[in-house]
Amino acid sequence: MNTKTFSANLRQEDRMIVIDLAGSINAQADEGFNQAYREAASMNYETIALNFSEVDYINSTGIALIVELLAQARKSHKHLIVYGLSDHYLEVFQITRLSDFMDIYQDETKAMTGVISG
Amino acid sequence: MSKMNTITTITTKWNSIFHRKQDQQAAETDLEISPQFEGEVKPIDIPANDPFLAFIQHSSGVIDLEELKLDSQTVSAMKAEGVRLALPLVSQGELIGLINLGPRRSEQDYSTEDKRLLQNLATQAAPALRIAQLAQQQQVEARQRERIEQELRVARVIQETLLPKEIPAIAGWELAAHWQPAREVSGDFYDFIQLPDGRIAVIVADVTDKGVPAAMVMATTRSMLRAAAERLIEPGKVLARTNELLHPDIPTKMFVTCLYMLIEPGSGKIVLANAGHNLPYILSNGEVKELRATGMPLGLMPDMPYDELEATLAADQILVLSSDGLIEAHNDQGEMYGFGRFKSELATLGEGVGIIPAVMESWQDFTGEDHDQEDDITLVTLQYSGKDFGESEDQSWSLVTSFELASRPGEERQASQRVLEALAPLGLAERQERRLGTAVAEATMNAMEHGNQYQESLPVQIEVLDRESAVAVRIRDFGKEPIEDNPDIPDIDAKLAGMQSPRGWGLFLIKNMVDEMNVQQDEQHHTIELIVNRKG
Repeated sequence: MNTKTFSANLRQEDRMIVIDLAGSINAQADEGFNQAYREAASMNYETIALNFSEVDYINSTGIALIVELLAQARKSHKHLIVYGLSDHYLEVFQITRLSDFMDIYQDETKAMTGVISG
Repeated sequence: MSKMNTITTITTKWNSIFHRKQDQQAAETDLEISPQFEGEVKPIDIPANDPFLAFIQHSSGVIDLEELKLDSQTVSAMKAEGVRLALPLVSQGELIGLINLGPRRSEQDYSTEDKRLLQNLATQAAPALRIAQLAQQQQVEARQRERIEQELRVARVIQETLLPKEIPAIAGWELAAHWQPAREVSGDFYDFIQLPDGRIAVIVADVTDKGVPAAMVMATTRSMLRAAAERLIEPGKVLARTNELLHPDIPTKMFVTCLYMLIEPGSGKIVLANAGHNLPYILSNGEVKELRATGMPLGLMPDMPYDELEATLAADQILVLSSDGLIEAHNDQGEMYGFGRFKSELATLGEGVGIIPAVMESWQDFTGEDHDQEDDITLVTLQYSGKDFGESEDQSWSLVTSFELASRPGEERQASQRVLEALAPLGLAERQERRLGTAVAEATMNAMEHGNQYQESLPVQIEVLDRESAVAVRIRDFGKEPIEDNPDIPDIDAKLAGMQSPRGWGLFLIKNMVDEMNVQQDEQHHTIELIVNRKG
């Protein structure tokens, strides 16, 4: 089956650093995702945005990975936000209650507006 | 090839002219094979009845054609081509060639010394020529053998594509099959056909003889059985129709024994008809019973009827189907493996999955390590657990598809995709499909990781079922430990506070993505059933 391999790239925007995620968020994404997060966290931004627009699959291991990063962010007082989730994965974030702890926006423009008005 | 033809052919190949080198004094180097001839030399065939052939076979030494008084067309033809001397090449008493010589360039006659030299040459050239001929023949034969072996390897690959690529996964049943040809290709085959009404046709057949002829008849018979199974339901009619098609076309002295059986997955009911094949056995608590159904082999006589036998398997009974390659094998002492030994061996065995390896081990012990397998072997076992989901439902499920996946990280997405492809025509809402896709991927991942411990040899079996009110997916692994029915509900507050592992979302996600989740554990398997109700 053709599945995109995971990738995570950092992009600095006004008032936030974006981690552009792509492919599958599963066990194989663990190292790359963590490393991208550590780099993002080391930069001087209060807000770290996870862009899921190019993510096609998130499984339970991927959810666990996001929970770990969320726990780290909360400890270091970083503000972790999310955008670009499909309706299905938005529902998954709601069922797992991840959405109670992270601001979720539809897209990047709305995320930026949200952060500025924040 | 006859001896005469061989000689004729060799002679034409060696229809060469020797001539003297000009200005050459030394007798030892006086002759050479000329790389160029004065004009083209035509090959001359010697007909088998030409008296010249009999003459050269009995003559020794150089033959001067001018002096030869023989009423022979060959001799006339040779003279017309300018041949003056003929030099028979004899090796180990066998005539293997002839060297023909034209006139000397000096236009002088061949001297006695020339002829003596030529005779010496013939004595030495003949064995060398023989060796060259044998080497050439061996090369040709080796190339032929290699070509045939290559073709057989390809034939084997083609034949394997005619066998089921995977064993169907049927809830409540454990199926296994073993196919072991005596040569590269086989006259034995087995087949599983999924019928539209949810029943499964199981076929085991054996074409007389083995190797390529049997394999060709096997391919034809399989197609005929499949075509008949598509149109007809009753096993007796399927066999009768196949016999009708096969009989006019099958080579004389060949026939096919065949057992055709329908199984009804939910009830354990079986219906079978038998065209001269080994009787199937029912194995139950150490007892082996025959299912006696008989009939003429396929292809032997036209208009044959085939009676049907019905039976219902009780829980944990096992059906064992075999071909006679197993039974009729002999050991070094000439004893046959035989039905008695086979039945005794089966009586000691209990579980469907392990039967085939155990029987083959017993058979191997009996026949010995270096046994040259006499005939093709096929073994199929079908164990009925007697436990099926949805037994109490008023309306039973119909099977949409079933498949197996190796326990390999990443295969869960394949599971999800194949289930969704199968469900595409069944009209679930898009959101339901997405949710079910996630649940299937999670359940498959659990099956591979916890049930099968990621052992690639242990497959995950998946069934997609349908009924008017709902669709269901059953995912089965080889986990023997009962799973916790209600593990800790993941609590994100506790996880973020470090009081619970960040993991443990799988079962929670599955339960939340479907309308109903059931689990079943027996001695060998763990099965999870996911049900999504149709709306409205």
